[in-house]
Amino acid sequence: MKGYNFAYLDEQTKRMIRRALLKAVAIPGHQVPFGSREMPLPYGWGTGGIQVTASILGQNDTLKVIDQGADDTTNAVSIRHFFARTAGVATTTSTAKATVIQTRHRIPEETLRSDQIIVYQVPQPEPLSRLEPSRVETKRMHALADYGLMHVKLYEDVARLGQISISYDYPVLVNHRYLTSPSPIPAFDNPKMDRMPALQLFGAGREKRIYAIPPWTDVRSLDFDDHPFRPINAPQACGLCGAADSYKDEVVTDDRGGRMFVCSDTDHCERRRNDAA
Amino acid sequence: MTAAPEAGFADPVHDAQRCFRAILDAMSRPGRIARISGVTSPAPLGVAAGAALLTLLDHETPVWLDPDVWAARGWVAFHCGAAVVADPAACAFAVAMSLPDLTLFAEGTHEEPERSATVICQVDSFSKGQTFRLSGPGLREEEELSVQGLPRDFASIWERNHALFPRGIDLILCAGDQLTALPRTVSIQEV
Repeated sequence: MKGYNFAYLDEQTKRMIRRALLKAVAIPGHQVPFGSREMPLPYGWGTGGIQVTASILGQNDTLKVIDQGADDTTNAVSIRHFFARTAGVATTTSTAKATVIQTRHRIPEETLRSDQIIVYQVPQPEPLSRLEPSRVETKRMHALADYGLMHVKLYEDVARLGQISISYDYPVLVNHRYLTSPSPIPAFDNPKMDRMPALQLFGAGREKRIYAIPPWTDVRSLDFDDHPFRPINAPQACGLCGAADSYKDEVVTDDRGGRMFVCSDTDHCERRRNDAA
Repeated sequence: MTAAPEAGFADPVHDAQRCFRAILDAMSRPGRIARISGVTSPAPLGVAAGAALLTLLDHETPVWLDPDVWAARGWVAFHCGAAVVADPAACAFAVAMSLPDLTLFAEGTHEEPERSATVICQVDSFSKGQTFRLSGPGLREEEELSVQGLPRDFASIWERNHALFPRGIDLILCAGDQLTALPRTVSIQEV
């Protein structure tokens, strides 16, 4: 696109983000501050993820963008279009064909490979934010690896509700050290983060933080010995492809109470239906 | 009048992107070796070391140069615009022809471990020399890396750095047109 640098960001901004990314990879799960820029879309629409993607993207990359697992929702379509225009890169909806996958709130069902990078859009990078609003305090808690507050929160869930009541953005411990937000992915996706062959990068634009999980790194969802972590999913099979093991969305189909459960990962669902046909 | 410095990247945007992805790949899979091209580095820097500087340095990153690298000082100043500092503790990047004393550099703090120096160190070769066994995040199983040009007691030097985690220095090793990286998380044993 004329008048813009490759992938929109100027080179100095890319260098700054690239340096933050390298430190983030060297300290798995630790939030590294960065100078988040104004982007041509509002905070909350994935500006952190876009800035990370823009800084790593090259001419030979193939980009896939998903929003809640779907390739065809507004956020996914507009970000994919943004990079097709500003970087001229190839885009795809196929998980297998992508080299860089930017995601809002899901991890694809298909196991990612070591030659792929997944970039998460993160609204709130601080897993302790709802328990301790002060950044000064949470920074100190991370420094001391003092995560008692989160364990108390999980314990109180068990005491009051009989189970841990977090269904998304379920806190994880990365490399046995840093308490980290997996971004608002369903807890169902948490096990995919553990020893994932692909590099995982996280960008929070409004909160101006970048963090990362290198490949093959231990990622453990917090739990208790007598209340082990339990991913939650709808018990129904997908109404379109019949998959029982994928994460499902509930879709309202009419105004008379009709509803169906379908795979949230549209590429996965489509591929299964094509394979069956 | 001194001669004009050697050229930087032939294609600044895309060469820097390719070099960054190689460094990112090496940092996230410690010990993985990548080949870099697209730049004529000034003596004594090799292609990979020069490219790493062009990719990562700018006016926001104070750089410390070991005396053996001073010949390339003008090139670094011209292309990167980075301030060359005399105090190693004040630098974001250090460039050296042989492994400097890692304790001289900023190790970061417990609250801000990212405020540590990245040391770009030139070595002779990755195809011969001492063999090290690497393990840690980024590695599915133990990997081996051969390096010629590191001190004999590198494994014990690194052990001290590794034990500082989450603080610590990150190392980018360059030999000719090849580079690899050793983040502070990697644990190194001599074979």
